[in-house]
Amino acid sequence: MMHLFPNGWIHYLLGGLLIGAGVSLNFVFTGRVTGMSSVFSAGWSFVSQRAFFQQARFLATRYWRLLLALGVVLGALLWRSWLGPSADIATGLPWWRLLAGGLLIGFGARLSDGCTSGHGICGLASLSLSSLLAVIIFLATAIVSVHLLMSLGMR
Amino acid sequence: MKPASFLVIFIGGLLFGFGLALSRMIQPEVVLSFLEFRDFGLLLVLGGAVLVTFTTYQLVPRLRKQPLLETTGFETKRPPLNRRTLAGAAIFGVGWGLCGVCPGPAIAGLGAGNWLLAFAVLGIAIGAYLQGRIAPG
Repeated sequence: MMHLFPNGWIHYLLGGLLIGAGVSLNFVFTGRVTGMSSVFSAGWSFVSQRAFFQQARFLATRYWRLLLALGVVLGALLWRSWLGPSADIATGLPWWRLLAGGLLIGFGARLSDGCTSGHGICGLASLSLSSLLAVIIFLATAIVSVHLLMSLGMR
Repeated sequence: MKPASFLVIFIGGLLFGFGLALSRMIQPEVVLSFLEFRDFGLLLVLGGAVLVTFTTYQLVPRLRKQPLLETTGFETKRPPLNRRTLAGAAIFGVGWGLCGVCPGPAIAGLGAGNWLLAFAVLGIAIGAYLQGRIAPG
């Protein structure tokens, strides 16, 4: 166990269970699937008049998706003020990796119609074969890209 | 949607964000240490979340015709099995390896005070826009 989880394991499992509880709560009360990347496309519907962003599936869901995102931000804030470390948790990654990586995950998740939450949690829980394949593929390309970066000396 | 549904979704978001922060998915270094096979905690996060969600998704629609607050039925997440879904996932993974966060943790990171993740959120927004630009229709 130690070498699999050198930083402990309970907080990982508890965090995952809480994430599942949030997704379940939304489902039981509203019947909605909790995907996170859709908020970005839905958000653009406020700004862009392009037909793509003005689709009903974005217009009809944009308010609750934004509220969901706000809840996610405040939930993390709650953790920080209640249990969070006093030490700085700022990432050591350079800004360009965050920006470039963000661009690819934003593009890829929307093209794929799902990200780690949509495919990874909701899709797997729906026993969707396409989501399972999506998860296997994005885990594989993520592992390959990280190991390529490491071989280039970029941790 | 009913006002009460908005409240529930907000609370669902709180739980989601708290869970992401507690499990440290808001720190790219933790996700990268999984992808580098040094700490397998991410599998517990995903596994825990899928376990709870799977139980709800499979059980609740068998017990009820409608969700508690709405009359629009239960959504399922079954995207089409096509090249778009799989190519998008491949691109997503490359980006995930670069920045170590996915959309949920990137947003949550801002609440937890990992300010630099604003670059990731900006990138995701631009990426989502570009995808909409090239999409047919």
